[in-house]
Parts: sequence; structure tokens; C-alpha cells
Amino acid sequence: MSKPHGGKLINRKINKELLNTKDLSEFEINTNLAEDVLNIANGVFSPLEGFLCKNDLENVIKDKRLADDTPWTIPILLDFDKNDLKEGDSALLVNKEAGVKALLEIEDIFTYDKKTIAKEVYRTTETSHPGVANTYNMKDSFAGGKISLLECKTREYDEYNLTPKETRVLFKEKGWQEIVAFQTRNPPHIGHEYVQKTALTFVDGLFINPIIGKKKSGDFRDDVILKSYDTLMKHYYLKDRAVMSILRTSMKYAGPREAIHHAIMRKNFGCTHFIVGRDHAGVGNYYGPYDAHEIFSEFPDLHIVPIFFRSFSRCTKCGSVVNDKICPHDQKYHINFSGKKIREILSSGKIPPEDMMRKEVAETILEFDDPFVK
Amino acid sequence: MAKEKENKKFTTISIPTPLAEKIKKRIKGTGFTSLSSYVTYVLREVISGMDEEEEEVFSKEDEKRVKDRLRALGYID
Repeated sequence: MSKPHGGKLINRKINKELLNTKDLSEFEINTNLAEDVLNIANGVFSPLEGFLCKNDLENVIKDKRLADDTPWTIPILLDFDKNDLKEGDSALLVNKEAGVKALLEIEDIFTYDKKTIAKEVYRTTETSHPGVANTYNMKDSFAGGKISLLECKTREYDEYNLTPKETRVLFKEKGWQEIVAFQTRNPPHIGHEYVQKTALTFVDGLFINPIIGKKKSGDFRDDVILKSYDTLMKHYYLKDRAVMSILRTSMKYAGPREAIHHAIMRKNFGCTHFIVGRDHAGVGNYYGPYDAHEIFSEFPDLHIVPIFFRSFSRCTKCGSVVNDKICPHDQKYHINFSGKKIREILSSGKIPPEDMMRKEVAETILEFDDPFVK
Repeated sequence: MAKEKENKKFTTISIPTPLAEKIKKRIKGTGFTSLSSYVTYVLREVISGMDEEEEEVFSKEDEKRVKDRLRALGYID
């Protein structure tokens, strides 16, 4: 099993009874920031103990590393516009949707050029890029400092939600030494199954880790993704070789930088390998199809093994799922696993061909009146 | 001021000249842009395997609590 990133699994949860929060200044944070608070507190973002200070941010922007040289590629920032806070103060971060209450010890209050953040992290300053748009929409000041989680509530899908501490116990209990993580935002088609099982062949266990949260209109709903995977795992996976747990975090669409971030989070869950596909965490044409593969060569100290998959398709001549390294046949024999096409077939209430999606999976999806986000 | 700050981020080390020459030859045509970037890469690879702290050992109560939840959720029997 992988050691946590930075060497120590962070736990920033404290007993609220031990703290007098009455006199603390309170401010509301949005749900994305509340998810960041939870991910810091539970160790998903280890070694972060709080939101980035300016020194760390500068290093992340310029060198893709924290100030202590630990690899870190995505700025985890708390933006705010409350003017009466100053360095050395403590404040209470509150979010009703996630039921989060957390103490912030403010170490640094600073501003930073958002255009520089956009250019370095997203490789563009175009506002049509969703990550850039979100960066520009941030408030002008940032507060850095450690957080301590005081409260969070039980939420939908918590039965699928394991912390890194829990997955580490789970992997140990299953006797897995090498674990490959698969990230997803869609129900599984045959191509996904091929990738997962190919990787699983060489390790002890598969950790399916869907990202749950805010989605675009037309995307599959979270409950559809979870139920479809439940079905696939029930019928086509060995119980002792595959588990699924969700990850609540927002997609940044930062392409290569985000691929590293995704790998770090899975390392904290205990995974030793991480599947990186074509245009991982990409959007539009902002990144090359394999930029997210190439960036891994910059990090000899990451300590999670990326497993790179290029494009894969079904070859009618081979009669199986193939990739460009194993199939000699012409493109005319290849059927691509088009998410768009599968969505179109399912939208019309029909079951996609069995060489695209398992019948049981398709039937599970069609049990939902409307499987898509409106 | 900015230069002074920049200086603090890097330090100079000495390596034998013949070794430096070998490295320069080796990195020609690779993605490494300088002797420093290559040496930094190699040292990060070597050091990172050594400096990580010992894996945290959970207390018995902690582990039991986690196992109980995993069992209740059907992750383990």
C-alpha cells in the first residue's frame, strides 16, 4: 500500500466540545470550499493541513510543488471578502449544505494575480475554460492557514463514502498490497471494464472512485453512476478484487496538472497505481490528448505508478476490445466507445448493443425515469 | 528584493567536473534543460524514497471502529 503523500495521513478533525467558538467571526463558504475543508480534514489532500498561504501558492504555480518541495499541482485556495479579518485571527467557516463547521487559523491574508493562476494552472486565460471562469469569479483576497473540522452532517451517498483511513483499513483487511485506482464520472461501458480489468490483472485490487458532485446538464446523475457500477460489480467482478467508494470534489478541468492531483488523492487512499486515460481531466481543446501522461515524467518523487491508456475501441475483426498497441487492423473495423452515442441510445429508452455496454448495466440505467442531470 | 528572494530558493553544490561533463553529455537531446534540472530530478527520486515518515499505525479501538463501519456497509464480511 502507498504511504500517504508527504509521509503522514492528515487528520484535522477535533471535538467541538473542546473549543469555545462563541466569539469567533463566522463566514459562509460555498459547497466546493466545504468539500475542500472535508478533504483536508480527512486526509484526502494530505499533506495539506489547511488552505494554501502565498508562499505555497507561488511554488505550486511556478514549480508544481509546495514550498517544502512536495509535489502539488492544484491551488487549494480560500477566497474571501471579509475586511475585518487579519493574520493571527481565527474564524469559523460554515456551510449549510454539507453541514460543515470548521475553525480557520489565519496565517496569511494575500492577493494574487488571477490571470497568472489561470495561465499557469489551466494553460489559458480564456474565460470559456470552466476552471479559468471559476478562478476569475473568486473574490479578490485569499486567506491561508490550518483548518480544524468541528462538524459535518450525514449526507446522501455516505454509504459509499470512505475516508483514506477507512480505505487503508479495507485494503489491509482484504490483503491487498498493490491497488489500482480508477476515476470516473460516468456509468461503465465495455471500454471502461476492459481498462479496469487489464490493470487489475497485474495488481491485487481495483479501487473504483467516482467523483460525485456538481455536474453539467446532460451528464449522468450521481445515483445512476453508483447504481450502474453496483450492477456491473455484482455480475462481472470478483467481490474480493474490486471495491467502490466516492470522492466528493469539484472537477477543475486542469488537464495534466489535475491528473497529478487525482493521483495524489488516490495515493492518500492507499492506492499504488492510478489509471490515466486519454485527455484526462481535459475540456475542449485546451490540452493535447496525452499531456496528462507526459506530466508524470516531471515527478520522480510521486510514488504512485501511473498506468497510461491510450484510445481503446472494439475491433470487429479481433472480436474484442483493443488499443492501438495490440490491434493490427484498419480503423474501419474499429467501433469507438462514444459516450455521446451511448447517451443517445439510452435517452431513447433503448438498450445499447452488448459490445458497447453490459445489458444489466443498461437496464439499471433505464430503471431511472430520467438518468440525466437537467 | 525579488532577486534576493529568488536566491533563497536555490543553493549551489559542487560536483566533480568530469561527472558534470558526463551528465551534460547524457542530457543532450533529452527533456532536461540544464545540469541543475537533471541533478534535481535524480536527487528528488533518491531522497523521496528515504524521507517519508513511518506509516501511521491506528490504535486498536480506531481500527475496530473503522472495521465495524466497513462491515455495516458491506465492504467486508
